[in-house]
Amino acid sequence: MKLTIEYYAVLRDQRGCSSEFLETSASTPAELYDELKARHGLSLDRSTLKVAVNEEFAEWDQPLKDGDTAVFIPPVAGG
Amino acid sequence: MELNRFQISEIAIEPDKLRLELQSEIAGAYTSFEGWVRNHNEGASVQALEYSAYKVLALKEGDRIIAEALDRFEIAGAAAIHRIGLLDIGDVAVWVGASSAHRGPAFDGCRYIIDEIKDRVPIWKRESYEHGPDQWVNCAKGSLA
Repeated sequence: MKLTIEYYAVLRDQRGCSSEFLETSASTPAELYDELKARHGLSLDRSTLKVAVNEEFAEWDQPLKDGDTAVFIPPVAGG
Repeated sequence: MELNRFQISEIAIEPDKLRLELQSEIAGAYTSFEGWVRNHNEGASVQALEYSAYKVLALKEGDRIIAEALDRFEIAGAAAIHRIGLLDIGDVAVWVGASSAHRGPAFDGCRYIIDEIKDRVPIWKRESYEHGPDQWVNCAKGSLA
């Protein structure tokens, strides 16, 4: 399955890019983040994040489909 | 500015212009909130900061917040704008306005919108300090090396 992943804020700095295409066997956002965290040494625990799939907030355990775009959302700090 | 919408701006926010958009014949009250860039945070001297956004979802979530405020409170109109990019001390980072027939709902609606923006909208703040490395606020474990 091929996914697009977009990175923002601290995760963009740590990953060193703003987006990437990834061939993965991860079937949920939770599995995907765990894979990326281990591979790239991302600092944030999944419990501190939210996730969006295809430009809408998503559940960590929802199934991912080929072609989906996933975004991991660090703790926000607007205002 | 669009009434009853949340917007993101890469240029300076001008509250004096924005408030005019909320005027209407049914509104007898108007409240606004401005968030300003201050020169310190948690004991550190802040020199500059940068806001960034996941724009597509930030706009959706911001619009939802304003729709919720219109639903919950007797407000005539509301709007909010958040700045992104590099900001200086004293710049307006966020503006929220609400109008209503009487003052109560305008205060309540304005407060609701800013509180929810701070809690839910995917916008991030990177601070540069006089001493020490830049840091993404609220992401302490992810401080920049």
